[in-house]
Amino acid sequence: MAENIRTVEHATCTFCGCVCDDMNLTVDLDKHCITKAENACVLGKAWFAEHTIENRPAATIDGREVGVDEAVEEAARILVNARFPIIYGLSDTTCEAQREALAIGDLIHGTIDTTTSVCHGPSGIAFQGVGESTMTLGEVKNRADLVIFWGGNPGEAHPRLFSRYAVTTKGMYIPNGKKDRYIVSVDVRRTQSTPVANLFIQVKPGADFELLWALRALVRGRRLDPSVEERTGVKLDTMKQLVERMKTCRYGVLFFGMGLTMTRGRHFNSGALLALATDLNEFTHFVAKPVRGHGNVTGADNVVSWTTGYPFGVNLSRGYPRFNPGEFTTVDTLSRGDADAALIIASDPAANFPKAAIEHLHRIPVIALDPKATETGKLARVAFCTATYGINVGGTVYRMDDVPITLRPAFESPYPSDQEVLTAIKNRVRELLNKKAKPKEARKAA
Amino acid sequence: MAETMLLVAGRTSKQGTSLSAGKLKEEYLGVTSTVEMNADDMTRMGLKDGDAVRLRTSVGETVVQCKGRKATDLPAGMLFIAYGPPSSQLMGSDTAGSGMPLSKNFTVQVERAA
Repeated sequence: MAENIRTVEHATCTFCGCVCDDMNLTVDLDKHCITKAENACVLGKAWFAEHTIENRPAATIDGREVGVDEAVEEAARILVNARFPIIYGLSDTTCEAQREALAIGDLIHGTIDTTTSVCHGPSGIAFQGVGESTMTLGEVKNRADLVIFWGGNPGEAHPRLFSRYAVTTKGMYIPNGKKDRYIVSVDVRRTQSTPVANLFIQVKPGADFELLWALRALVRGRRLDPSVEERTGVKLDTMKQLVERMKTCRYGVLFFGMGLTMTRGRHFNSGALLALATDLNEFTHFVAKPVRGHGNVTGADNVVSWTTGYPFGVNLSRGYPRFNPGEFTTVDTLSRGDADAALIIASDPAANFPKAAIEHLHRIPVIALDPKATETGKLARVAFCTATYGINVGGTVYRMDDVPITLRPAFESPYPSDQEVLTAIKNRVRELLNKKAKPKEARKAA
Repeated sequence: MAETMLLVAGRTSKQGTSLSAGKLKEEYLGVTSTVEMNADDMTRMGLKDGDAVRLRTSVGETVVQCKGRKATDLPAGMLFIAYGPPSSQLMGSDTAGSGMPLSKNFTVQVERAA
């Protein structure tokens, strides 16, 4: 057995938006790896086990190994010379690194977007339209007696949402855990989340909006045309029983996933669900919450919002922030061919974006920061291998319910953090911009 | 003969664990290159687990392996695939002014790949 063992209590898993902060880690400091992650789910165990120190260059330019300083110089040169630079990703890094990325965007008058735009971006648009009846997960644990999961599969994507907050856990006013809760699952197919539900409602694909609107009508006591059954695939009696439960519960929650945001209707679907939760507050306490994917995607929303006033898809080309999804969101700026340089942090659009966007990424200079090798790193002009947040790097992340949590890193990495690389790029960008500005000032003075 | 079906892309546990190992590694590429299909649909099309099928949209196409699911778990005419490079090949880039491309519930042509 190795002698150089360290334990880290109350460490935080940053794999998904649950951001579980009750991890007890056993760390082999000689081998630079985590050998045990007590309390972690299957996703967390893999997250901790697989993030070791890989033998990769800290920086490359066109695939050639270079020093970090040389890569920073090239990255700054690309960004300063671009006419429409975009910054994208940010949901798998610390808030401190996100702030640096925002500062770069401000300096270069760039366009800043996060993975929110291809996740719950439509819900962000819906928040602005209809508002959000919100909560923390602690309230759900202690109070919720009706929990509805709509268009998501937490059983596979957020396993501990069930055991820590929303289904089996015991709370202050829910002393018997699952026995005191009624669980509903609404989806187009059966998933690993379905078995926890007392009621499974299989909605026809593309009919979520119609079902939500029908429920809103029933909440308000309106009569519905029976054709709604054919349209949604759900019996009217089932809808009425669900509405009765929603109106008579003590504390109801609607958790919703990308089954609403990634399908036809997008922000209208999220808006309908948020409006349903708000309507129900005439009868009882009801809240709604998007179930967020990446470990600090909620932090990205917060940092971009507190800095620019908008959550994602923000353009700074005029020197002040403008928000326009569809225009300044990354799938659009790439697919249309607007962007002429990209700074990608902790994200892999070259693997996950539509074909037209990926093709454009191959045409422009890309700067990529990621602890792991990715398709985006492969095509990048400048690629940095960075330390993993939460495992090698401390800082702040936001849980899906907007609660900030401090990270407790397990072991040191030889690679720089995202924050360190971004700070270096920012400083060099500032210097280059000052140099560019000086001749103009000199001409003005003459 | 190609059949028209509805493709749902989403997350799975295996996709999540293999993602941590590395997105360029065999396990992740395998997980994201497997499409789940209604078992009755597969029988009708003469397909068995592990057979290669071509999925095609107006935007692009990809070849993946198919795997049967009971009709109670996956309705007839519906396919499920874990997000990844193959599903991206089928996505259109129109976001309808939202920033979000349609990533679930899109119509695909399905046929056996030679």
